[in-house]
Amino acid sequence: MDYSQFFAMKQEIALLIAFLVVFLCDTFASPKAAKSVPVVGCLWMAAIVAFGFVTIPGYEESAFDGMYATSKVMYAIKNTLNIGAFIVLVQAMKWADSDFVSIRRGEFYELIMLTLFGMYLMISARHFLLFIIGLETASLPLCALVAFDKRRYESHEAAIKYVLTAVFSSAILLMGLSLVYGLTGTLYYAGIASAVGSNVGVMLAVGLAFVMAGFGYKISLVPFHLWTADVYQGAPTPVTSYLSVISKGSAAFAFLVVLTQVFATVYSSMWEWMLYALIVLTITVGNLFAMRQVNMKRFLAFSSISQAGYIMLAVMGDNPMGYSALMFYVLVYVFSNLAAFGVIGAIENATGKIEMTDYNGLYKTNPRLAVTMMLAMFSLAGIPPFAGFFSKFFVFTSALNGTDSTALYVLVLIALINTIISLYYYLLVVKAMFINDSDAPIATFRSACSERLGMWICVAGIILLGIFSPIYNYLLTIA
Amino acid sequence: MEITLPVIILALPLFMFLLLGLTGMKMSHKAAGWLGCLGMGTVLVLSYITAFTYYFSGSADFIDPATHTRLQYIVFEQTWLQFTPNLAIKLGFLLDPISAMMLIVIPTISFLVHVYSLGYMEGEKGFQRYYAFLSLFTFSMLGLVVATNIFQMYIFWELVGASSFLLIGFFYTLPSAISACKKAFIVTRFADLGFLIGILVLSFYTQQLDFLPMTQNPQGVLASMGGATFMGASVLTWALVLIFTGGMGKSAMLPLHIWLPDAMEGPTPVSALIHAATMVVAGVYLVARLFPLYMLEDAALTFVTVVGAATAFYAAVVACTQIDIKRILAFSTISQIAFMMVSLGVASRHNVAIHEGLGYMASMFHLFTHAMFKALLFLGAGALIHAVHSNNYTAMGGLRKYMPITHWTFLIGCLAIAGIFPFAGFFSKDEILTACFANHWFWGVWMMMVAAMTAFYMFRMYFLVFWWDEPDYAAKVKEAEAHGHHAAMPHDGPLPMSLPLLILAAVSTVAGFISFGEFVTFDGHEYHIHIDLTVASCSMGIAILSICFAGWLYMKKNDKPTRMADSCRWLWTAALHRFYWDEIYLFVTRRIIFDGICKPIAWFDRHIIDGTMDGFAYVTNAASNAIKGLQSGKVQLYLLWYLAGAVLLGAITAICLL
Repeated sequence: MDYSQFFAMKQEIALLIAFLVVFLCDTFASPKAAKSVPVVGCLWMAAIVAFGFVTIPGYEESAFDGMYATSKVMYAIKNTLNIGAFIVLVQAMKWADSDFVSIRRGEFYELIMLTLFGMYLMISARHFLLFIIGLETASLPLCALVAFDKRRYESHEAAIKYVLTAVFSSAILLMGLSLVYGLTGTLYYAGIASAVGSNVGVMLAVGLAFVMAGFGYKISLVPFHLWTADVYQGAPTPVTSYLSVISKGSAAFAFLVVLTQVFATVYSSMWEWMLYALIVLTITVGNLFAMRQVNMKRFLAFSSISQAGYIMLAVMGDNPMGYSALMFYVLVYVFSNLAAFGVIGAIENATGKIEMTDYNGLYKTNPRLAVTMMLAMFSLAGIPPFAGFFSKFFVFTSALNGTDSTALYVLVLIALINTIISLYYYLLVVKAMFINDSDAPIATFRSACSERLGMWICVAGIILLGIFSPIYNYLLTIA
Repeated sequence: MEITLPVIILALPLFMFLLLGLTGMKMSHKAAGWLGCLGMGTVLVLSYITAFTYYFSGSADFIDPATHTRLQYIVFEQTWLQFTPNLAIKLGFLLDPISAMMLIVIPTISFLVHVYSLGYMEGEKGFQRYYAFLSLFTFSMLGLVVATNIFQMYIFWELVGASSFLLIGFFYTLPSAISACKKAFIVTRFADLGFLIGILVLSFYTQQLDFLPMTQNPQGVLASMGGATFMGASVLTWALVLIFTGGMGKSAMLPLHIWLPDAMEGPTPVSALIHAATMVVAGVYLVARLFPLYMLEDAALTFVTVVGAATAFYAAVVACTQIDIKRILAFSTISQIAFMMVSLGVASRHNVAIHEGLGYMASMFHLFTHAMFKALLFLGAGALIHAVHSNNYTAMGGLRKYMPITHWTFLIGCLAIAGIFPFAGFFSKDEILTACFANHWFWGVWMMMVAAMTAFYMFRMYFLVFWWDEPDYAAKVKEAEAHGHHAAMPHDGPLPMSLPLLILAAVSTVAGFISFGEFVTFDGHEYHIHIDLTVASCSMGIAILSICFAGWLYMKKNDKPTRMADSCRWLWTAALHRFYWDEIYLFVTRRIIFDGICKPIAWFDRHIIDGTMDGFAYVTNAASNAIKGLQSGKVQLYLLWYLAGAVLLGAITAICLL
């Protein structure tokens, strides 16, 4: 065996080393020294982010008979996830110090790194076996993370719901894959693609539908989304933010890879229309539910469902621009959503309040938090000049790029109408903070250094990605 | 050329704006003021270095060694937004004769205004905010003049408009300042609509937003239009006239001039910087920047000439009757900018009798000298207002004894604007008049008449303020002190105020001797200025006559002015009311637009559009209500929906395939 192929996996290996270091520190550190485990975790994550940037390969590499592949695009994707994970870890430091969590604070950092490792494999896999291993490696630690807050009943409930639905969806996904395997006799992406050809049979349709359902679960596309709100609400806030951003983003990338590399030939006859239906449902239903939420985490859960619809829109165009539009959308989404979760987490840590009515009059007492939240909402809603406007713009462009299909125009029109609905509920939050009066507003407090750092990074990302074009241009050139 | 200096020139004022704007409230007034001056001083030095490198280094980037032609050089350029494969908004830094000249003018005036404001604005509430806005303005103006792309220019064009809005409304507790700043913003914004449409028309046909490809190959632009016409005029003419509309707004040309006199509600140093020396000449600069295109279309150039000539005359007449000294200066600014416009307008390509770049050169020369002496006059007016706490000349008189520095520097400014040798205005105005005569005798005579009126109204103000009859200043001081206010006899301002006056007076005296044609010409070739003795002696003779006439009327208190006004009362009243332009605008907006158009639209909006939107919202809400049962909280049901979704998805696709 040629051991040099492990070099292609240097990002995965670096992450594993980081995990082991944090794990060992956590295991052998004295109770006093254990306090610094989060710092160690964050520093290593920062190192992973930097490592990802300096080792961008000049060409495509593959390993293990083509089961694993990496390229500039894969690196861009993983770097995006790394940045998101880093922000989550930084923002969680205050929470990790709280009473009930502090005895297990190291585990949070280890589990996050482990799930991230699984997501790496999902993205880089070119063989469904490796993909499933990645998927499960990513899912199982997440179940533990959702249940992390042992003393809270909701956390248990969420974890149970998450485990049950995850198992169910894995089963459906595997069912779909076995149908595809039965049809083609291989699990390699490229092998399936060449065996399928333009063979559009009923069996393939059912298999593809099940695979889609499996991915739809991870990305929370309607109607596979029903677990989302309950789990997001019940899970501890840092875990929710991780679930809503990184877990979702990685699944979206993996989905894009599978659709374009495995099923590219049956695009117009099959999955274009399946995805079409899912997107329309997802955006609309997500929005309709988001309108009536009063709990901030639940609110963001539904907002993230409708955002998932927009993410998938980038895939519709079936052209290279889809890759760059999707990468950019997720990158922007990472900053915007994590900014919102940063504010929610900071307020929850300081006061324990999580309802939207608690945010009334926030601007008067905590203007900086209110402005950060406002920027996040504006970016999520797609108001120029913030990054969210451009990410939506590029997604729409890529969906329509090089097509004159009326159906796609209708799809983009539906998405546009839905942005208006989304504007309503995003602005509700802004209105609560800036306009509504409150008898008992959240008292002025100073959030922790780590929380502020996380929010500053997010705000910088929201603004810079909006006005600094080279980032998108880079993504466009590598796609 | 290294890109470091140009980048710092742009970045530093922006940084100062952010610094002073965000942290200014935590600084003392003194710290903020000195910080602002320091920042602007650095920009001043760097701009001088850049401009001097451009003019004097002799580098092959800047001057063609073979033909001794000054070249246009792009220091850096970055694509900001790609619209189509051809059209991109770029942000860059262009060095050419006129932008290098503006790199001298803007920081000079801005720096002097920064220093002057230390004294003038002392103790005002929001002092730090004031300095932040000044930095923002300087940043925008510099970005405007170095634009490499017409859209970059448009962006910064709007930014100067916004900073002008902020500065006019600086005293935001005064209702008059608020309405003035709104007026300025709305009027110029309205004009900018024309500018934008012009840009779009031009870029639609030429597939080009960059200046250099357009101006270096004007014939190509003409060819790309393909002879398209619209309503009897060529499309290029339309585009140029529309772009010029933007310039008319910013440069306060008739009939869009109404905002500039009101803009005098802003602090006086701001008037000196923005509404006299820099921003208001942006329109002239715009035409100069696109001049090779204007030369192609006689109709567009004629339009520029006619608008300029009418404005020059109108503003001069009005300036003769105003009471507020800042308003007089405002109308004089309008009139002088019109001079520059006319000078560009008469520089037609058919004019082979003289060097065809004369009008262009003269216009830029006048822009340069006017910036200096008009800033001097405004700052002088500021010193007067500072001393007597009133804008009206009726509260002044005989001030030459109390304010010697202000008096002498103001006199130099007046002589310069009147065009008396050897002060700066003489040279540039003389070139303009020569260019006018070279085009057609009518324009020459017309503008010479305006020049005579200029001398008259400037010296009318000078004599009324510094001679005439002296009000009882001592009584006023006593009265103020009786009310418990601090008061003093009129006196020169403190050093930060006097120093800029002295510097500008010195510059206004000698600037005319710069051989301007060596540096700034239409095609980059050196152009030797010849003083046309006939024109020069005529204009100077007329100017001196006007000054004598003004002296005869206003030197000592008498009733000649009143009698003169009475003899043609209707004309005097009309001029005092600025020929009722504001009233006409009010009538058109209130009676015709508001009542005739807006009210029906408002009704339609309130009942039909709002009704439809409420309907949509109702439907959305109802839909949201109808599906809320989906999220039941029961995992079994979740999984059922999941399975149903997956099976349906597969089944429908399968059925469709069968």
